[in-house]
Amino acid sequence: MVAVQDVSATIDRGSFFTLLGPSGSGKTTTLMMVAGFAYPTQGEVFVDGKPLAGLPPQKRELGMVFQSYAVFPHLTVFDNIAFPLQIRRARRAEIRQRVGEALELVQLQGYDRRLPRQLSGGEQQRVALARALVFRPRVLLMDEPLGALDKKLRAHMQLELKHIQRHLHVTVMYVTHDQEEALTMSDRVAVMQSGRIEQVGTPAELYEAPASRFVADFLGESNFVDGVIVGAPTAGRWLVRSGGGLEFRGVGAVPLQAGQPVTAAIRPEKLVPVEGPADALQTGAVNTCKGTVEEAIYVGDATRYRVALGADGAVTVKVPNRLGLRRPAEGEAVALAWSPDETRLFPRGET
Amino acid sequence: MGEEGQRTGPGAVAVAALAGAVLLFLIAPVVIILIVSFSGADYLRFPPPSLSLRWYQRFFGIAAWRQAIGVSTQVALLTMVFATMLGFFASLALVRGRFRGKGAIYAFLLSPMIVPTIITAIGLYFFFARLKATGSILAMALGHTVLALPVVVIIIAATLQGFDVRFEQAALSLGASRFTALRRVTLPLIMPGVLSAALFAFLTSFDELLIPLFLSGVEVQTLTVRVWNSLLLEVDPTIAAVSSFLIGVTITVLGASALLRGHGETPGT
Repeated sequence: MVAVQDVSATIDRGSFFTLLGPSGSGKTTTLMMVAGFAYPTQGEVFVDGKPLAGLPPQKRELGMVFQSYAVFPHLTVFDNIAFPLQIRRARRAEIRQRVGEALELVQLQGYDRRLPRQLSGGEQQRVALARALVFRPRVLLMDEPLGALDKKLRAHMQLELKHIQRHLHVTVMYVTHDQEEALTMSDRVAVMQSGRIEQVGTPAELYEAPASRFVADFLGESNFVDGVIVGAPTAGRWLVRSGGGLEFRGVGAVPLQAGQPVTAAIRPEKLVPVEGPADALQTGAVNTCKGTVEEAIYVGDATRYRVALGADGAVTVKVPNRLGLRRPAEGEAVALAWSPDETRLFPRGET
Repeated sequence: MGEEGQRTGPGAVAVAALAGAVLLFLIAPVVIILIVSFSGADYLRFPPPSLSLRWYQRFFGIAAWRQAIGVSTQVALLTMVFATMLGFFASLALVRGRFRGKGAIYAFLLSPMIVPTIITAIGLYFFFARLKATGSILAMALGHTVLALPVVVIIIAATLQGFDVRFEQAALSLGASRFTALRRVTLPLIMPGVLSAALFAFLTSFDELLIPLFLSGVEVQTLTVRVWNSLLLEVDPTIAAVSSFLIGVTITVLGASALLRGHGETPGT
């Protein structure tokens, strides 16, 4: 069984790099290979240009934070954080000072005498983080460290982690299945699926220009419309005719050719309900279509509409709840407009 | 779900009665022995006509019985040390290791539980007779180590299986060597299981008859062997006092083990 193959990426020093993927995509296995707990049958891991292959985990000088915290339950907070320093035979005074700094860093001053079972999940995770950072590792590896925390605390810890990472300028390799978390924290993200990296890029690159249908689907939300390319591109934009007869323009995520079956991906917030008949807007610079509002759901910051497009099924449209924006009612006929540049075309047949 | 608390039907009463009868059947001999040991009569009789501590006086008063307690304790302590150490490393290899024939080795380690003890005892007798080592405490302890090993391996392997390997991985990632990780993280965390295994190893040896029956000499006899020999010669309530002593040791050790389990629940994930 091959858990991971074709995973190749370079992480800049001091940057926050995330492996993002659904469970079983091989992200944790990849992290474990870096940590030294799993062994690649082929390939190599380099840190600072030096291969790690011959080194056991304890010689790699990589900090690691686990989802299950793995804070030693029989040791106090102080002894947990002092552990890597004691292993390195640091002097007692130095240990005291550095543990104190680490506690301050994760805002757990005064907790040194407590045992892990007296701490909340979030506090234990901070201890794990302080322990992994206190010996100044070359890279900090984190395996879904916030997965066990509730939503509010997770959001708070995301920002705090990011802050600590920037403050210490430490290189982080982070694993998560939460795309929002990946977008919030990362300088660069590698999206993984079935043991391969689908795309590596900044959060904005991945969101605005997904390289595959999988990335468009997994990262954020996308409407997918199947169609066939008709004719040659004009100014890099292909004309697509959907199965339901809808015509629109879009940008290829990969090189395409006329007559090729494609899937178009459009983000819900890029679709804008507009006034007046759609025909009036047919200028070529903007894609338009007509539909009927099937459902409107108020979600606080925005309203989500399901708009039926007839034979092409339905699309989701997301409109911010702001004065001056058109917010149609259920059952109303509506015209939608969106930019060809925000229409990504993927060859169909691939999954 | 809601009916679980109600146990009033005739069927439930019958089940409770049967369970009670089984428990009574199991505990009755122990209770009878205990009562008889406090008998004032000169022979084994139930119920005793009067109560006294004379048989306990006799038991602890005779040098041969006291010696036997000493021998049994030494054999049991040595067995405990040998079996726990061997069993710990065997369990570690069996639970963590990845090698061929793991299942076969596990089965082999557990085989003394299946092989009749008399067979093991005879085998050990011929082995130690050739070495001219029968009658030694060490020989008996080694024999009991064979018997105690399966119990130790089962308990420690189960404890290790329930131990989150990530504690160990965390220790390694923080720079600890394998040995340091074992000593400072794994061992303290699985200590309740190890101690519990040690206590069971002690008990396995302390009340076992067959191995010392073959391996003990004229002068070096365990408590169980002395009970056996005196049963053949004279039956008086001293036997009941000795038995009560053995039961007392067993209950104390099992109680300690239960306390350990309750106190030190192995931390899981």
